[in-house]
Amino acid sequence: MWTWFHKLASPPHAYRILGRIAPWFGWSSLALILLATWWGLVRAPADYQQGDGFRILYVHAPSAWMSMFTYVVMAVAAAVGLVWRIKLAHAAAAACAPIGASFTFLALATGSIWGKPMWGTWWVWDARLTSELLLLFLYLGYMALRASFDDPQRADRASAVLAIVGVINVPIIHYSVEWWTTLHQPASVTKLDKPSIQIAMLIPLFIMMAGFQLYFGWAISRRLRGEILRRERNAGWLKEAS
Amino acid sequence: MDLRTFFEMGGYAEYVWPAYGLTALILIWNTWSALHSETEAQDAARRRLELARENRS
Repeated sequence: MWTWFHKLASPPHAYRILGRIAPWFGWSSLALILLATWWGLVRAPADYQQGDGFRILYVHAPSAWMSMFTYVVMAVAAAVGLVWRIKLAHAAAAACAPIGASFTFLALATGSIWGKPMWGTWWVWDARLTSELLLLFLYLGYMALRASFDDPQRADRASAVLAIVGVINVPIIHYSVEWWTTLHQPASVTKLDKPSIQIAMLIPLFIMMAGFQLYFGWAISRRLRGEILRRERNAGWLKEAS
Repeated sequence: MDLRTFFEMGGYAEYVWPAYGLTALILIWNTWSALHSETEAQDAARRRLELARENRS
């Protein structure tokens, strides 16, 4: 088990594996996202309160979910890198940031577009929206901090601390709709009892979430390969890989 | 359902379509950016190797 783990964590091995699995992630995510788009826009029934406006859910909720998921992956990778000094883990954390930032931006933007017809405003400083905005700043701060170091090892360590501290924000985002009285509606899917949303509306949501998850797999594979190459500046194995 | 009612989105067209359009845009940007960062790193590695080879000979 440990030899297998060490082999996987070795840069040349990871580089090859990632290159091999990326196309599978990519094409399956494209298929699922297209299927969910059609299903969500055409097949799913209109909402009895929000009419067809609720269809924004199918792009808003998965991007919001991915914005938090990516942050947790980034923080865990950063912690692993910090504790066990695994270069590959730091590289994975660095690769997460731009993906997470783009999903966070998308969640905020689609939420804003959805908020206008339903709440009558593009933006309101409620707990959910504010903590999600803070998440965007955490991603941007993480990337800016990395960019401010010339030495990648120092950048890894400093940015890892920021990533780990910032993870506190993730449960705050998730529970903000319960802890504070907010304009944002409470969770309707991730509840312990039965989800308060129709199955016919739920299916495309799950397909879209799976598609986004696979897309993350594709994007992290590509970016991590780049990060590995940038860190292994003088390694001998590069000769065979290029 | 005819195409026109589909595009009208029950009166929410001006919100639903921009949301989906923006999602497509962000995913496309993300895809381009990931591929770009990978190929850029590969090109840089290749250049370094060539430079090392020239210096040796």
